[in-house]
Amino acid sequence: MDCEKALRGAAAVRGRSSSRRRTARGESDRPVATSLDRISSEPSRPARVGTGSAPPRRVPLPLLLTSLCLALSVSLVCGAGLGASGLSWAEVLRYLWAGLTGGAIGPDEVPAYTIVWELRLSRAVLAAVVGAGLSAIGVAVQAMVRNALADPFVLGISSGAAVGANAVLIFGVLGALGIWALSTAAFLSALLAMVLVYAVARTERGLTPLRLILTGTAMYYGFSAVTTFMVFAAERGEAARSAMMWLLGSLSGANWAAVPIAAGAVLAGLAHLGWSARRLNALAMGDETAAALGVDPGRLRKELFLVSAAVTGAVVAVSGAIGFVGLMVPHAVRMLVGADHRRLLAVAPLTGAVLLIWVDILSRVVLAPAELPVGVLTAVIGVPCFILLMRRRAYSFGGI
Amino acid sequence: MRIDIDALTVDIAGARLVDQVTVGAADGQLVGLVGPNGSGKSTLLRCVYRALRPSAGAVRIGGEDLHALSTRESARRLAALPQDAVAEFDFTVAEIVAMGRLPHQGPVARTTDEDRRLCADALEGVGAGHLAERGFLTLSGGERQRVLIARALAQQPRVLVLDEPTNHLDIAHQLEVLALVRSSGLTVLTALHDLNLAALHCDLVHVIDSGRIVASGAPHTVLTTELLADVFGVRAHRVAHPGTGALQLLFDLPPARPTS
Repeated sequence: MDCEKALRGAAAVRGRSSSRRRTARGESDRPVATSLDRISSEPSRPARVGTGSAPPRRVPLPLLLTSLCLALSVSLVCGAGLGASGLSWAEVLRYLWAGLTGGAIGPDEVPAYTIVWELRLSRAVLAAVVGAGLSAIGVAVQAMVRNALADPFVLGISSGAAVGANAVLIFGVLGALGIWALSTAAFLSALLAMVLVYAVARTERGLTPLRLILTGTAMYYGFSAVTTFMVFAAERGEAARSAMMWLLGSLSGANWAAVPIAAGAVLAGLAHLGWSARRLNALAMGDETAAALGVDPGRLRKELFLVSAAVTGAVVAVSGAIGFVGLMVPHAVRMLVGADHRRLLAVAPLTGAVLLIWVDILSRVVLAPAELPVGVLTAVIGVPCFILLMRRRAYSFGGI
Repeated sequence: MRIDIDALTVDIAGARLVDQVTVGAADGQLVGLVGPNGSGKSTLLRCVYRALRPSAGAVRIGGEDLHALSTRESARRLAALPQDAVAEFDFTVAEIVAMGRLPHQGPVARTTDEDRRLCADALEGVGAGHLAERGFLTLSGGERQRVLIARALAQQPRVLVLDEPTNHLDIAHQLEVLALVRSSGLTVLTALHDLNLAALHCDLVHVIDSGRIVASGAPHTVLTTELLADVFGVRAHRVAHPGTGALQLLFDLPPARPTS
């Protein structure tokens, strides 16, 4: 601060010597215009100590979006091609082509085709959907509770979903629904958790950021306790392992049947968020500012809560609680394109989709034929990134 | 355009924070709202920029009832600088100013050249054109306040509402902020802590105490030693500014009162 004062003093001296410029504004009779003009006549005024000048962080958006779309296509093909079964790329591409165009394949190729099209590609597509959903909701939740450390799970929805999922995995609840039992139970308990969190966090003044975070966090611990109790109460060791797998997130249960519902929820959520991007900018500045800009913060926060809860519920129902994507991707993307939600909501879902496809590929091949929970790998990648991010924040926002 | 606050009352949780307040500002006037901490200044202003719904009474802009308009429509007529101090997301200065266009834009409409020109003009107008690409969080307090004024100007309002715009600023920046809003030519309603700033810059001051207006008028007629003793609990001495002759005030605590 001392340095800033010194700079300002120097600027004032320079301003006095260039008082002729003041007349250009037609306010030379106003003594205060001096202070205005002296600053505007300092185009390269040095930044505060430790902050540096504006970071050259803007990657041109069209270029970024094109590369990300390209990367997404390539990643999907890799997701279908990479694995333990030793298929050649020519075969993989032929099966993908056959799957896309409805072309014919020989009877002896059916097992290989099934691996590529039914197992791997559906899984890669679902990974993309989940990654896109978690990243976009991460952005929305951070703006909604105005906290850069929030993620889709801070609302307690995912741990609510875990209760339902584990009831199915461990106690065989909803057995009549067959393969749908797990995702149905997860989604229903996510909705229940949403209603609970909403009812507790709501006040006469609507949903306030701090109450939402505190309620969500408290509920998170509550639901986690129930889940942990169920795991310990389980008689079968394998069931406890499945439960653990689900808690850390896994796409091993992926199939084409799971794609439409999850993709529908994520696309609807993305549409709403894209529609609200400008309002999200205003909300991120504070409730009062949002109101002054013509945005009703209470109403917007309610909409965001519903969208976040529904998308999180749908995504968690098919993939378990995959951590760090919803926290890390929004921040990484902010470094690339800045904080404007219009750019953020275009880039973050694509980035999340690509990232999760690759994390899922790694989870299949690292310990093949065994599978790692996706959450382990996102954390392995996420924690170092997060620490870097924190250090970077401390650096760029130093002194505040 | 004139703004009239008519018999405005705010009750929150059984407490009456603002009681039948009637104040107005004529076209182009700079009107100050002064009063001790907790007297209801901010609550009143929050009703004006629609962060709060009054329990009774009305706010009219050019005769039109503000609360009968949609929030977007009223934000096109009235811009505000609330006291939010958000330091969570690193928007650039240009992005912050662009938010001022929000009430004029559709949700998915592209930013037009007109929007861009208005934002650039607003930023130049407050002498902060060179800051456009800087991160808002890296700015000093004075620079931030100028950028927020640019955002309000980009909103193309008829009336500007400011809640303690000079808080935490050094004296040069305090004077600069008030000169800026004065030079905008808009009707301005501002809450001010500093009575000397109010005396120097305001055409009209309203004194608010415990939610009620206790005096209104030109600064030199309103800011009397009796009123300052009553409302603020201080002993004031009125002196003339040696240069301009304008009213200025010197303060100490009254000797009869314990200082605790």
